[in-house]
Amino acid sequence: MISIILLSVFGILNLFLGFLRSNKVLLPGAMLLLLAVFGVNLTDWNVVHAPYFNNMLVVDNYTVAFTGIVLLTTIVLLPFSRSYVVAGESNLAEYYALLLFSLVGAVMMVGYDHLIMLFVGIEILSICMYVLAGSNKRDSRSNEAALKYFLMGAFATGILLFGIALLYGATGTFVLSQLASAIAAPENASLQPMLYIGILMMIIGIGFKVSAAPFHFWTPDVYEGTPTFFTAFMSTVVKTAGFAAFLKLLAVALPAAQGFWMPTIQAMCALTLLLGNVGAAAQTSTKRMLAYSSVSHAGYLLIGLVASRGNLTGDAASGIFFYSLAYSIATIAAFGVLKLVADHRQREDYAGLNGLGKTNPLLAFTMTVAMLSLAGIPLTGGFFGKFFLLAAAADQGYIGLVVFAVVMSMVGLYYYLRPIIAMYLQPVPEGATAVPVDGIQTATLALLVLLTIALGIAPGFLSGIL
Amino acid sequence: MLTAVLLFLPLAAALLLLFIKGAAARALALGATLLEFGLAVYAAFAFKTSGTAGFNLNYAWIPSAGINFHIGIDGLSLLLVLLTTFLVPLILLAAFKHNYDNPSTFYALVLFMQTGLLGVFMSLDAFLFYFFWEVALIPIYFLAGAWGGERRVAVTLKFFLYTVVGSLFMLAGFVYLYLQTGPAAGSLASHSSELSAFYSLKLSAAEQSWLFWLIFAAFAVKMPIFPFHTWQPDTYTESPAPATMLLSGIMLKMGIYGTMRWLLPIVPLGVSQWGKLVIILSIIGIIYGAIIAIRQRDMKRLIAYSSLSHVGLMAAGVFSLTQIGLQGVVIQMLAHGLNVVGMFFVADAIERRTGTRYIPDLGGLTRRTPVLTVCFLVMLLSTVALPLTGGFVGEFLLLAGVYQYNAWAGAIAGLTIIFSAVYLLRMFQRVMLGPDSAFSETITDLTGGELLILVPLIALVFWLGLFPGSFLHLSEPAVINILGLVGR
Repeated sequence: MISIILLSVFGILNLFLGFLRSNKVLLPGAMLLLLAVFGVNLTDWNVVHAPYFNNMLVVDNYTVAFTGIVLLTTIVLLPFSRSYVVAGESNLAEYYALLLFSLVGAVMMVGYDHLIMLFVGIEILSICMYVLAGSNKRDSRSNEAALKYFLMGAFATGILLFGIALLYGATGTFVLSQLASAIAAPENASLQPMLYIGILMMIIGIGFKVSAAPFHFWTPDVYEGTPTFFTAFMSTVVKTAGFAAFLKLLAVALPAAQGFWMPTIQAMCALTLLLGNVGAAAQTSTKRMLAYSSVSHAGYLLIGLVASRGNLTGDAASGIFFYSLAYSIATIAAFGVLKLVADHRQREDYAGLNGLGKTNPLLAFTMTVAMLSLAGIPLTGGFFGKFFLLAAAADQGYIGLVVFAVVMSMVGLYYYLRPIIAMYLQPVPEGATAVPVDGIQTATLALLVLLTIALGIAPGFLSGIL
Repeated sequence: MLTAVLLFLPLAAALLLLFIKGAAARALALGATLLEFGLAVYAAFAFKTSGTAGFNLNYAWIPSAGINFHIGIDGLSLLLVLLTTFLVPLILLAAFKHNYDNPSTFYALVLFMQTGLLGVFMSLDAFLFYFFWEVALIPIYFLAGAWGGERRVAVTLKFFLYTVVGSLFMLAGFVYLYLQTGPAAGSLASHSSELSAFYSLKLSAAEQSWLFWLIFAAFAVKMPIFPFHTWQPDTYTESPAPATMLLSGIMLKMGIYGTMRWLLPIVPLGVSQWGKLVIILSIIGIIYGAIIAIRQRDMKRLIAYSSLSHVGLMAAGVFSLTQIGLQGVVIQMLAHGLNVVGMFFVADAIERRTGTRYIPDLGGLTRRTPVLTVCFLVMLLSTVALPLTGGFVGEFLLLAGVYQYNAWAGAIAGLTIIFSAVYLLRMFQRVMLGPDSAFSETITDLTGGELLILVPLIALVFWLGLFPGSFLHLSEPAVINILGLVGR
C-alpha cells in the first residue's frame, strides 16, 4: 500500500522536477526514489495487513514478492536511459513519471483483491505503455507500434471488462474470495454459461497483456517499433505483473471452475510455446527474436499456472516467482546490451553484434550470460527457473506438457546461440569501434551478470519462498 | 574438504586469470594445475580403498527441493580425477606453444572446464551431476568456437546442439526419477536427488525400458556411440589442438563414467533389455570408425575416427557387465586419455612445423627428427595395443570381458586391434617414412619444452602397461559395488 502511495507521489514529483530542465538530476533521482520504495516494500515481508479499502487491495507475501520483482527490474533498467539524458531529451521527466505511474498499475495488478482494482491496475499500466511505445515521435515505426498496441490493447481491455461484468452478473460480487465461494455454491449452477463466458473473456483479456498465444500477434511488431528502452520495460514488468494477476485470479477466485479453465490454459500453453519458439527461430533481428522469445517465456510461465492447480502457494507459485525474476534480469541485460550496441552501430540484427567479443568484452559477456539464462543452461538463473516450473508440472502429472516444453527449449537453444555466435565467432566489422559504456551502465551490467549467476548457483535463497 | 579444494581451485585460478596478462598468466595457470595434480596425488595416497565414496562433502544446496551439494570420491572417480589433473597441465603446456589471441581467456576457459570435469566425476547428487555436466560444456564450446578453424561456426553449433539436446533428455530422466523418490532423512523436502536415493528406487521394467534411453542419450552423444557420433570428427578437426585434447582425452570419459555410475545401477532392467543393442551399435561403431579412418588424409581427422573406433570397444566393455570388462574400461579410459592426447600433440607438433596436417603432403620426416619419430611411434603402438603399453592391458581386459559376454561379439570387436594397426601404421609410414617431401630437410626435431609434455605421457603409458595393478586395485571395489547394484 505504501509502495503505491510513494510511487504516485514520486511520479508527480518527477513531473515537477522536469521544470528544472536539468536532466542530470532526474536519472539518479528516479533510481534513488525507486530504491527507497524497494526497501519500504521489503519491510512488509511476513507482516500481516488487513485488506485495504473494503477488500480492494491486499498486501501479503505474494504482493511483496512480485512488487519486489517489478521494482528491481525498473531500477536496473533506468541506467540504460542515459542516452536520453545525454541527448537532452526534453520529455525525460514525463518518461520517468509515466514509468513510475505504470509501476503503480503493476503493483495494483499484483495486490488486487477486487476485480475492479485489477481492471484499474491494468488500465493504468497499459495507458502509460501506449504513450511510451510512441515516445519516439519522429520515427514512423514507433508511431505504428503505439497505434497498433493501443487499438488492440483497447479491444482486449474491453473484452476483459466485459468478462468482469459477466462474472459479476453470475455471482454478484467482485471480491476474489467471495467469487470463489459463489462459484462453488451449488445453487448457482444454473448460471454456468454466463460464468464460463465471463471467465473465458477474462482469460482472453489477460492473455493479451502477457502476450500468450493466440493473442500474441501484436507482440513482435510493437516490440520492434517501440524504443528499446521501453520494450525492455514492456517485456519484463508488464509480463511479471500480468502473470502475478493471472495466477491470483485463477488460484483465489476461480479454483472451483478449474475443470473449465484448465484445458483452456493447457492449450494456450502448448500453442504459446510452439509459436513463440518457432517464430523466434525464424528471425534475423535480435530485437524481434527477443520479442518472440518473450512470447515463448509466457508459455513456460503458463506451465506454472497449469501446475499451480489453483494454489497461490507451493512449488508452482514459487516457481513462477523465481522464473519471473530470472527472466526479468536476463531480459533487461539482453535489451540493455542491445540498446547500447544499436545506438552506436545503428542496427538491430544479429550481424549488428558481430565481433562484440573483441570490441566490448563486458557487453558481449553480459549478453552471453543473458542468452544462456534465457535458454535455460545451468549456472544461470534461467535453468533453475525452468527446472522448478517443469518439476512442479511433472509432479502434478502433466508429463505431456513438460515433454513438449523440453522439446521447445531445445529449439530455443538454436536462436539464443545466434547472438553468441555473432559476438564471439564472427570477425569485427570494418571500421567498428568500441561501443561507449559509462560507469553506471557498466556497474549495472556487472550486477545483472552477478545476479543471474547467483540465482544459478545458489537458488536456495529464493526458491520455495511462497 | 579436500574434494572442495580440488573442485574449486581451478575455478579460482580461472577467475584470477581474467585480471592477469602475459607471462604471469601462463605461470599462474600452470602453477594452479600442477598444484591441483599434487593435491590429486595426495588424495590418491590418503584414499582408503573401499566400495563407497570417501572424502564426502554434503551441504544442502536447495533445501526446499531436497537437492544437495554432495561430492565424494570412490576408486572409479579417483582414477578419473587423477587422469584429469594429470592431463590438464600437459594440455596447457601444449597451448603455450601457440600464439592465441587473448591467451589469458583461453587458459581461464581450460581451467574452468577442469572444474566442470572434476565436478562431473565427483558429484553424488543427480542435479549437481547435471549441473557440472553442462558447466563442462560451456567453456569447450567457446574454446572450440572462438579459436577454431574456418568451419567453426557451423561445426560448433552442431556440437553444442547435439550435446545439449542429449543432456536435456538425461535431465528429463533424472526429474522423473527424482519425483519417484521419497523424502531423505531429516529433510523438509518431499523428494531427494541423492545418488543413493536413486539407487534404492524400485522401478518397473517398463519404466526402466524408456528411462534407459532418456539417460543414455546424453552419454551416447558424449562418448560418442554410433549413430550419435556425427558431430565428433568435425568438432575434433576444427577445434584448436588443446580443445581437441580436452574433448578426446577427458570429456569423452564423462560419457563412459556417466554410464557406469548413473545408468547401469539405476536402471539395471533397462540395461539387460537394451544392453545387447548397445553392444551391437558399439561394434558397428568400432568397424565403421576404423574403415573410415583408413581413408582419411587429414591426420587430425584420422585420429578422430580412430578415437571413435576405440570408444566403441569401451562402450561394449561397459555393457558386457563383467568385472573384467569393467576393469578393462577403467584402465582403457586412462590409457586412451594418454594415447589420444599424445597422438593429437604429435599431430599438432608436425602441423606447427610444416603448416599442414594433410598426409599426402608429408613424408620422409624421420631423418631430421629422431626424437619425434620415437615419441610418435610409442604413442602409436600404445594406441594399437602392443604389449608393454597401457593400451594393451586395457584392450586385452576389454576383449576378455566382451568375449565372456558373447564369443562372436568378442571376435568382431577384436578386429579393432588389427584395423588400428592398419590405419595408424599406414599413417606413420606415409608421414614419417616414405618418399621425401618438401619438409624432409627443413623440419626440426622436438624441443625440450615439447618433450616435457611427451615424456610424462610415455612414462605413464609404460607404467600402465607394466604395472596395471597399481591402478586396478583402486577401482576394483567400486566396480564390484556397481556390478552388485546391477545384479540386485
